[in-house]
Amino acid sequence: MAASLPVAHAAMTERPLPQAQPPQRKRVAPWGDAVFATLAHAAAGLTLALMAGILIALVVGAAPAIQHFGVGFFTSTDWDPVQEKFGGLVMIYGTLSSSLIALLIAVPVSFGIALFLTEMAPGWLRRPLGIAIELLAAVPSIVYGMWGLLVFSPILAKYVQQPLQAAFKGVPVAEALVAGAPVGIGILSAGIILAIMVIPFIAAVMRDVFEVTPPMLKESAYGLGATTWEVVSKVVLPYTKTGVVGGIMLGLGRALGETMAVTFVIGNFNQLQSLSLFEAANSITSALANEFAEAGEGLHQASLMYLGLVLFLITFIVLALSKLMLAQMRKGEGART
Amino acid sequence: MHMNTTPLRCALLITALASGAAMAQDVTGAGATFPAPIYAKWADAYHKATGARINYQSVGSGAGIKQIKSKTVDFGASDMPLTDDDLAKDGLLQFPTVIGGVVPVINIAGIAPGQLKLTGQVLGDIYLGKITKWNDAAVTALNPGVPLPDAAIAVVRRADGSGTSFVFTNYLSKVNADWKAKVGEGTAVNWPTGSGGKGNEGVAAFVQRLPNSIGYVEYAYVKQNKMNYAQLKNRDGQFVKPDEDAFKAAAAGADWAKTFYQITTDQPGKAAWPLTNPTYILMHKVQDKPAQASAALKFFQWAYTSGDKAADDLDYVALPESVKNLVRKQWADQVKDAAGKPVAFK
Repeated sequence: MAASLPVAHAAMTERPLPQAQPPQRKRVAPWGDAVFATLAHAAAGLTLALMAGILIALVVGAAPAIQHFGVGFFTSTDWDPVQEKFGGLVMIYGTLSSSLIALLIAVPVSFGIALFLTEMAPGWLRRPLGIAIELLAAVPSIVYGMWGLLVFSPILAKYVQQPLQAAFKGVPVAEALVAGAPVGIGILSAGIILAIMVIPFIAAVMRDVFEVTPPMLKESAYGLGATTWEVVSKVVLPYTKTGVVGGIMLGLGRALGETMAVTFVIGNFNQLQSLSLFEAANSITSALANEFAEAGEGLHQASLMYLGLVLFLITFIVLALSKLMLAQMRKGEGART
Repeated sequence: MHMNTTPLRCALLITALASGAAMAQDVTGAGATFPAPIYAKWADAYHKATGARINYQSVGSGAGIKQIKSKTVDFGASDMPLTDDDLAKDGLLQFPTVIGGVVPVINIAGIAPGQLKLTGQVLGDIYLGKITKWNDAAVTALNPGVPLPDAAIAVVRRADGSGTSFVFTNYLSKVNADWKAKVGEGTAVNWPTGSGGKGNEGVAAFVQRLPNSIGYVEYAYVKQNKMNYAQLKNRDGQFVKPDEDAFKAAAAGADWAKTFYQITTDQPGKAAWPLTNPTYILMHKVQDKPAQASAALKFFQWAYTSGDKAADDLDYVALPESVKNLVRKQWADQVKDAAGKPVAFK
């Protein structure tokens, strides 16, 4: 260690002067570029091939169910393995509504977290708080599920559901929305657990993109007398909207695909008679996880594959919509200036 | 210099050991999750006793049947027996290993374990959503003097496909005509009501948490979690409590000599517990790899001879000796190699 220091020092002092000729470099491997290009193409190609492979495998696996039930699968609420009558509406509704609830909660909270961390928090608090929120993302989803079932849902039942039921007694629509056994299991608890799970993702992305807003822009706005809210809403958000939408979509993608935590708290009951937020329901991922291992060959398994395909399509549509939305926003931007 | 070769020698030795172990016939099985704990315990004890390895993957009965049909494993395991026709179609044979019992569990304040009495008819009506309160006349008539609350019954059942659900729904189909017509039997059915818990532990957690709930779990969960259970009326009209003797009595009532396709729910016998079913192993009759088959059969032969204590410790019920002997006879008569020579298991 002691001997190496002077050497390093000597090397530093002997660096060539800027005016000197650049050192002669031999091209060691002329085929290097070609190999690299091939590898890069292969990596991109492999991703596409995997996508196509998964899609084809799903369609082939689901083919018997697609032939048998067709589009009616999307509107039927039957799920009867004994009679072999299958429809996906209950699960599709459960997946969409629990993810929607998750986003309704997670987006404002994540926005607040990101805003606080980038604009308001004192310097010493930013790092520990940021790390704490990122750690939430490292909790395994089954832990959220167990926690949701054993700790959270009793609290939800006792302090939210029962008071709401008492308050809305006799109110036409609201009463139906909070009906159900006081268990704390259902769409709402699944949505809340999902929200907790996606908050770290959305918040982390939002914080990162808020941080890349050029300080000059923000300081100029502050200099003009803008409040923090005005700076965020008129400078930071417009500047970072692509990243913000991207973060929300990342969270939505996770919420749509989350399995273990949902299956613990959603109740796994195939019904749509009651649209109560507290009534047990089912989601696509939960049905897949629960039934796949024991599903016999034939229509049951094919219908589960069909459900998987539907989830794939939903995710695809969500992604496409977000791209469209961003394209619209960019157009609007041009008009304003 | 010789210091440098030591790691190499070690590596060679380890490779030799590993390949040696692989040569000593690693038997692979896959299937039902319900007997997985006892198969794992047997395999461990068997490995200690003989050095042979048994590798069991608990992937679910449906997957187990699929894997044995495609011959990716040496034996499959299922909680549901295959019919004799199904077996013949794929050249398979099946034999039971241990007996399990399914028990209705409840959570009602002020009622002692085993105090509540139910019939299959009433249990079916509760799971159909026809009986919704604990103080319904149909329940109180069976339980004079028991303080049943005026509270809604929270029905809990399995969310995942499972052999436990098969035993439960099979029993309800036998004793409740309405259940048979509306729901039927299977590892997963179209449940008319109730919330679904994942696995036995999920149902157990739900029932313990929810006041006035009813669920059904494997006997081991009742015993280990000290859950409150209900008595059931059996086919002979007796109310029985779930225990090893009651499960054995149910298994003894079946006519094993005729076929191993026995679903021992709702069996005759004064002491028989009605929600009882053995779990099964599936093997091919004609073996492409007789050495593997022989190793697998030796394992089950060992388990039949020395595994009862382990089964008892884990709250499974060992088969009666008469049934074991029938199985041994089936092995000797029916498991053969490609040339038609019986596969040795002793």
